[in-house]
Amino acid sequence: MKSSRRRFLKFVGLSAAGVVGSTGVTRTVRAVSEHEPPASQGKRWAMVIDLRKFSKDDALIDKIISACNTAHNIPDFSDDPKNEVKWIWTEDFETAFHSQEFHFIREDLKDKPTLLLCNHCDNPPCTRVCPTEATWKRESDGVVMMDWHRCIGCRYCVVACPYGSRSFNWKNPRTASNLANPPSTYPTRMRGVVEKCTFCDERLARGQQPACVEACSNDEMVFGDLNDPGSKVRQILAEHLAIRRKPELGTQPEIYYIVEDPRTLQEVAPAVEVFEEEGGHA
Amino acid sequence: MYDASKIVAGLAVFAVLATSPLWFNALSNASPAAPALQLPTNGSTECVEATDYMRTSHMALLNRWRDEVVRDDIRTYTSELSGKSYTMSLTGTCLDCHSDKEKFCDACHTYSAVDPYCWDCHVIPEEAK
Amino acid sequence: MLEKALTGSRSYWSWIFVLLVIIGAGVACWFWQFHEGLTITGLSRDVVWGFYIAQFTFLVGVAASAVMVVLPYYLHDYKAFGKMTILGEFLAIPAVIMCMLFIFVDMGMPNRILNVFLHPSPHSMMFWDTIALGGYLLLNIIISHWTLSAERREEPPPRWLKPIILLSIPWAVSIHTVTAFLYAGLAARPFWLTAILAPRFLASAFAAGPAILLLLAFFVRRVSTFDPGKKAIDALAKIVTYAMIINVFFVLMELFTALYSDIPEHVTHFQFLFVGLDGDNTLAPWMWVSSVLALVSLVVLINPKTRHNYNWLLFGCVTVVVSLWIDKGLGMVIAGFVPSPLGKVVHYSPTAPELMISLAVYAIGALVLTGLYKIALEVRGQIKHISY
Repeated sequence: MKSSRRRFLKFVGLSAAGVVGSTGVTRTVRAVSEHEPPASQGKRWAMVIDLRKFSKDDALIDKIISACNTAHNIPDFSDDPKNEVKWIWTEDFETAFHSQEFHFIREDLKDKPTLLLCNHCDNPPCTRVCPTEATWKRESDGVVMMDWHRCIGCRYCVVACPYGSRSFNWKNPRTASNLANPPSTYPTRMRGVVEKCTFCDERLARGQQPACVEACSNDEMVFGDLNDPGSKVRQILAEHLAIRRKPELGTQPEIYYIVEDPRTLQEVAPAVEVFEEEGGHA
Repeated sequence: MYDASKIVAGLAVFAVLATSPLWFNALSNASPAAPALQLPTNGSTECVEATDYMRTSHMALLNRWRDEVVRDDIRTYTSELSGKSYTMSLTGTCLDCHSDKEKFCDACHTYSAVDPYCWDCHVIPEEAK
Repeated sequence: MLEKALTGSRSYWSWIFVLLVIIGAGVACWFWQFHEGLTITGLSRDVVWGFYIAQFTFLVGVAASAVMVVLPYYLHDYKAFGKMTILGEFLAIPAVIMCMLFIFVDMGMPNRILNVFLHPSPHSMMFWDTIALGGYLLLNIIISHWTLSAERREEPPPRWLKPIILLSIPWAVSIHTVTAFLYAGLAARPFWLTAILAPRFLASAFAAGPAILLLLAFFVRRVSTFDPGKKAIDALAKIVTYAMIINVFFVLMELFTALYSDIPEHVTHFQFLFVGLDGDNTLAPWMWVSSVLALVSLVVLINPKTRHNYNWLLFGCVTVVVSLWIDKGLGMVIAGFVPSPLGKVVHYSPTAPELMISLAVYAIGALVLTGLYKIALEVRGQIKHISY
């Protein structure tokens, strides 16, 4: 090729790259500077699951899981476990807290079904790794949200979650038999994005409780605002010992599990001094 | 110019290909008339915004709704046309009036060979139980 | 200079044709994957990254290894590497391209890839990895283009190129460090949560990469009049040797910490790799082969008699590459997911479509490598013109 034609082509190429590049740079600069402003003290949603109220083959568990699955059009791939998508499910107690390495576990705890879902951590490792902010922690109320329009399906968040809470759509969820006619008008997701529980953000916006909590009848699951000292969740946590999954990792999970023996502390150890909280409970 | 015959021939082929939509439509029986849209049958005469604006920019409006609902948890929209409040929802608000997707949304989209993938996720009320 | 890749002998074009066939088949498989979803791979809810990401991890190392010839030549005036640097850069370019392609084929929504740039997330190591890899590709293209065209005009390269070349040295180290950071900062994955992961990545990269470069140099020596020279070959061989020693040492360090502390969440992953866990020992034979090959490579490479014998050296390089490919390209990524965070063992093995797509990506890399090496050799007038 003659050098002048070569030079012309180089010039055209560089100009095109320059135009694209400059718009890209200005966009990036604008995006980085448009950071979410820090919110004033808002809500901190959390959930307490009272494991004392659950037992094996409890019909309530299916009711709870179905409430979520129906409300959110979760595809049923139980015949195809490789493609499984689940937002809330149960494992037995030993598996849910397997790093405890229980030996001689109390009989009623051995097979106790433990409901697992996204912990909506206060220090979430999953949002830290997302390269597109398709998942983020809402500063106003602590919900770890998903934006299915933005997710690129890299699954880095799935890798970073220490609790296995996230599912990826390996195939089109509408191919699942239960979604041929979706049970609800909640948008299904598409093949190629990651999904998980969002604490029913669409219901929270209407002042309602999450679907799983609403399926309960006797405070088996309690949902509330930890920033409100008078809330039921704060009350329960003040009265009972509750544990969280893998707390040593520093994720600050906000799903609390009450495990303790049904007998009260007074029955077990009458001589132990019980501290009174200011204006609170024993 | 070197290789003049090859270059001119190449340019001619390119010109034909680049203008193909024009002469293809001219030669075929494609109707130039705009598609007939079925307007809402639920009695509603007013959309969220003015018809002209919706015709040109409903995609931009929907994108804005998407970001405000999903990312900012803002779910109420105030119409610039009427001042009325609407819930920002494709399925819940738009399809509430424009209930026949085929005769409304698809009529224009098919005509202009546009294939939005909103419907891969967003549920059309008829198909839900 | 690009037109020099468009002329060639019959064997050149036969090779190109074979590559194009493989690429065509793989691209067709990828379109099927794009339509159906990643369900056509062997991945599942618990093992979400597998063969594709493992290849990406291995190839980032190969890309970074160009620094092992660039550093001695440009920083320490080690003249023996003068003719090798272009081969190193022309290996780095297809390696980075393959890295990007392996990420692309692994994505659930590849049509949304621009979101990484439209919505930058500086808190994510994946964001920085795209910047690092993109920058490194650009650096290598600029450096190789201007040094080669200067060589063609028999002139020294432009002076402004020197700082860019020097920049490529820490940049090469950074691409593999940031890739290690993808893994090494995750509280969820104790198998990867180790400070030695980045040093391990670099050591294995600086062993496997130059080993591949040596193998390519020997091949080029066979099909052209290019001869790297005894000094360059011996120096590269020494680099491979020392890097492999350090890498094996690092692996032994990891094994000690895990096995001596006996902490289950560390032990179980090594157990899965080498002896199997809960009945799944898919990777065990591979890991033992990798370990044996590593030791064999050390014996062959450390002994100067065998290292200086070119047949033994080639054998040593092959064992290094195979051993490290198994370690990084199979073991390291998959073992991070087995057992899962809930302690479950889920089986993973790549499916045929997954392998076909991967083979096509390697073929694209080979195609770019072939073209670039052809250009470099043509510029130097070293292509053997055989008449048939």
